[in-house]
Amino acid sequence: MADGGLPVVARFDVRHRNYLAPDGSINRPLPAFASDADLLTALYRAMMLLRNFDRKAVALQRTGRLGTYAVSLGQEAVSVGIASAMRAEDVLLPSYRDNGALIWRGVKLEEILLFWGGDERGNHFSGPIEDFPFCVPVGSQAPHSAGVAYAFKLRKQPRVAVCMFGDGATSKGDVYEAMNFAGVHKLPVVFVATNNQWAISVPLRLQTGCETLAQKAIAAGFIGEQVDGSDVVAMRAAAEDAISAARDGRGPRFIEAVTYRLGDHTTSDDALRYRSAEEVQARWKEEPIARLRSYLVGQKMWSKAEEEQLAAECHERVEAAVERYLATEPRRPESMFDHLYADLPGVYAAQRRELAGEGDA
Amino acid sequence: MPEMTLVEAVNLALARAMEDDPDVVVLGEDVGINGGVFRATVGLQARFGSERVLDTPLAELLISGLCVGMAAQGLKPVGEIQFMGFLYPCIDQLVNHASRIRNRTRGRITCPMVLRTPHGAGIRAPEHHSESTEAMLAHIPGLRVVIPSSPERAYGLLLAAIRDPDPVVFLEPTRIYRAAKGEVEDNGEALPLDVAFVLRQGRDVTLISWGAMLKETMAAADALAAEGVAAEVIDLATLKPYDEATVLGSVAKTGRCVIVHEATRTGGFGAEIAALIAERGLTSLLAPVARVTGYDTVIPMARLEQHMMPSVDRIVTAARRACQFS
Repeated sequence: MADGGLPVVARFDVRHRNYLAPDGSINRPLPAFASDADLLTALYRAMMLLRNFDRKAVALQRTGRLGTYAVSLGQEAVSVGIASAMRAEDVLLPSYRDNGALIWRGVKLEEILLFWGGDERGNHFSGPIEDFPFCVPVGSQAPHSAGVAYAFKLRKQPRVAVCMFGDGATSKGDVYEAMNFAGVHKLPVVFVATNNQWAISVPLRLQTGCETLAQKAIAAGFIGEQVDGSDVVAMRAAAEDAISAARDGRGPRFIEAVTYRLGDHTTSDDALRYRSAEEVQARWKEEPIARLRSYLVGQKMWSKAEEEQLAAECHERVEAAVERYLATEPRRPESMFDHLYADLPGVYAAQRRELAGEGDA
Repeated sequence: MPEMTLVEAVNLALARAMEDDPDVVVLGEDVGINGGVFRATVGLQARFGSERVLDTPLAELLISGLCVGMAAQGLKPVGEIQFMGFLYPCIDQLVNHASRIRNRTRGRITCPMVLRTPHGAGIRAPEHHSESTEAMLAHIPGLRVVIPSSPERAYGLLLAAIRDPDPVVFLEPTRIYRAAKGEVEDNGEALPLDVAFVLRQGRDVTLISWGAMLKETMAAADALAAEGVAAEVIDLATLKPYDEATVLGSVAKTGRCVIVHEATRTGGFGAEIAALIAERGLTSLLAPVARVTGYDTVIPMARLEQHMMPSVDRIVTAARRACQFS
């Protein structure tokens, strides 16, 4: 009996998952997949590629060859860990900072550059063609993921929708409405909140009064788990569990990936305006790539020679993508009408002709 | 052919679409066992099951967002919003996602959804239940905005909207849900979208309207006929994209135009039509284009709402003035 002798009708708990400590040592026995050196090094390679890609993208932006760009610095383990647990036929609904997940799923680097370079063709990407493009209006992709998952359930397809968003998005009704519906219908959807501590300049403590974001799943009727988002082994393990539960008809899950955005919000942001260099410096000790490298090296799964080779590979791959991006022929202005409707209504066809310089509208 | 009301025609079209295409899914608040607050979905859940006729939680943004996700997977969701005043949480989804996902993915992902909602005043409903903000929707690129004005057109246009490969907002004229009756054949035939219907031929003045307001507009045409004025009446039916050729052709014939809508005047869809005529039909005009509209005020509650809506008298007066100009 609780206070006043009233009965307790429900109790909840929120668990936290972590395997690798910041120094690369292990806190508890690793999941089975971690004995697969090829898989672990693939995760490492993907995170390294993402970091290299980010660095180059920022350089392009600074030299006027790319638009505003959102780096993943410090949170590479989230998108790589999640995507690595998905099947090709699952559907990803990413936020604008989930480049790592897109790349893992086969989207070409030059397509991502095209998107950030201001060209819609970047959203007509390789890889799973049913995956959604980056969602810019925060959290508004969450209802889409519930709709996608509802279609899977209606058609009895063993597929899972994976919806990614940031900590700020959890303050929006969109996310709650989607989670609530997913809980009602036990939909095959996994919600992933990347809690990088900052929604542009607003810290988590001003974003929510909750102790965790994971507990928001409790209100929607399913399991929310907090995961060390700088530990790619934990991210992969949590994603595997959540995605397989969803695929098996056990309903949705929520993963709060607790990590830290080491970079600015975007290239248009200066994070020093709202947080100290000391805070960021301290967080560098926890970042995911050095952490996994320490573990791999300690396990003799990774060598200095492999590291050097990887660096060269990443450089080559990114540079080649940049070349292809910069060499992409511009579109004709009137192509902005090309996919407005399935068939362009006559009244807009006239506007298209006007834009093409083919007479008056 | 059986005679039925407009809302019954909506129901008939939904049933026909669901029967013909297993991908059609109906969703919304109270659309299941209750059959919708206006009974537009009555009987559908019993016939097609609760997976395809889905009672959603009370969350309008969710309904529109679910439609986007379902449509991206090739379903043909038909969402219902109970009243237009509750549509506004859906605007984010309509503007940012439904209307543009085809464009921003260069055709990789499409959105064949329909969002239905009652439209307009005149049923003595509570606050927020009498909106007619179609101009706001018609401003959104990539969307279709359709308003039927009879049971026959409700049936045919709704079938067209559901079969259309792009998102359609389908505005149902609340005031004539039951007042409008007509014969509807359940033949599965759609009517064309993007096309205006000429309800009455005339040589003296063009009256353009849509939805429930056509009732007053047709009555005005009758009154004008009694005075020897032959009014041509156009039901615009699709507001986005709208049939410019029919409008311009009619004005070229009559030289005079009165646009009638219930929505407030400033920035209303009548302004768009007047601008079109000014740009491309000016030389045929014999009188200024007139608008008979709702006033630029918040829609009054039941006791005053009829004073906001254009009356037959206001329409006749405007048409008479146009005919007597110069």
